[in-house]
Amino acid sequence: MAVPILKQAQYLIATIQSALTDEDLLSLQTALVEKVGKFRSRGVIVDVTALDVLDSFASRTLRDIAYIIRLRGAETVIVGVQPEVAFAMVQLGITLEKVPTALDLEEGLAYLDKKLQHARAET
Amino acid sequence: MPEQKLDVDAEYRVAVASINDIVTARLQGRVLAERLGFSPGEATLVATAISELARNIVQYAGNGDIEVRSTANGSRRGIIVVARDRGPGIADLKLAVRSGYSTSGGLGLGLPGVRRIVDDFQIVSNRHDGTTVTVTKWRN
Repeated sequence: MAVPILKQAQYLIATIQSALTDEDLLSLQTALVEKVGKFRSRGVIVDVTALDVLDSFASRTLRDIAYIIRLRGAETVIVGVQPEVAFAMVQLGITLEKVPTALDLEEGLAYLDKKLQHARAET
Repeated sequence: MPEQKLDVDAEYRVAVASINDIVTARLQGRVLAERLGFSPGEATLVATAISELARNIVQYAGNGDIEVRSTANGSRRGIIVVARDRGPGIADLKLAVRSGYSTSGGLGLGLPGVRRIVDDFQIVSNRHDGTTVTVTKWRN
């Protein structure tokens, strides 16, 4: 199932709706990289609230997405990691490393706003 | 979830031949875990373990199957997951369950990760019969 990607001002919001296959995750990666360029987006939010499992592959793909998007000049924030999922990830030894996370969509948007303000202030 | 007969003693077998089957297999495990009264956190661990085991099958062997069944020890309920393939087998089992070791460019968290989140972990592998991983997770 394809993940819908919503454009909101200078951000892209990808809301994962249900359990994703590896293929879905990889197409999300491709779609986001392309859309960041097309819409000249400055930030990307990937909402994983609906995901019941984040295994090693899914985590790695999310991390790759964030790194690739950064190379395209935008910031990514992962939002909505559920408590049980967070628990399982830690026990499995999975981390998202330096990829920023936020509690929910609202916090994710606030994070990006702040980040971009900083970037603007510095220039 | 709609009310249904709790068939907790049933055995579920999911053929794993493509990455799409990974999701099917782990959902099956989650459903059984929930029926057995596992907490959401424990059910997620079961589903995550199945996800990793199923991915190993697809990645290294091409196809195999995942069997999920309930078990009991007195009043304690548990789930046994058997992941079986007829692939090339694992050359060095000790290395394969070591954290950070991977032949596929992955994180090397698959088998060692699974071993950490279950209560019992057994692996049998050889060139002729492929690989069978059997794990047990008990309900708290």
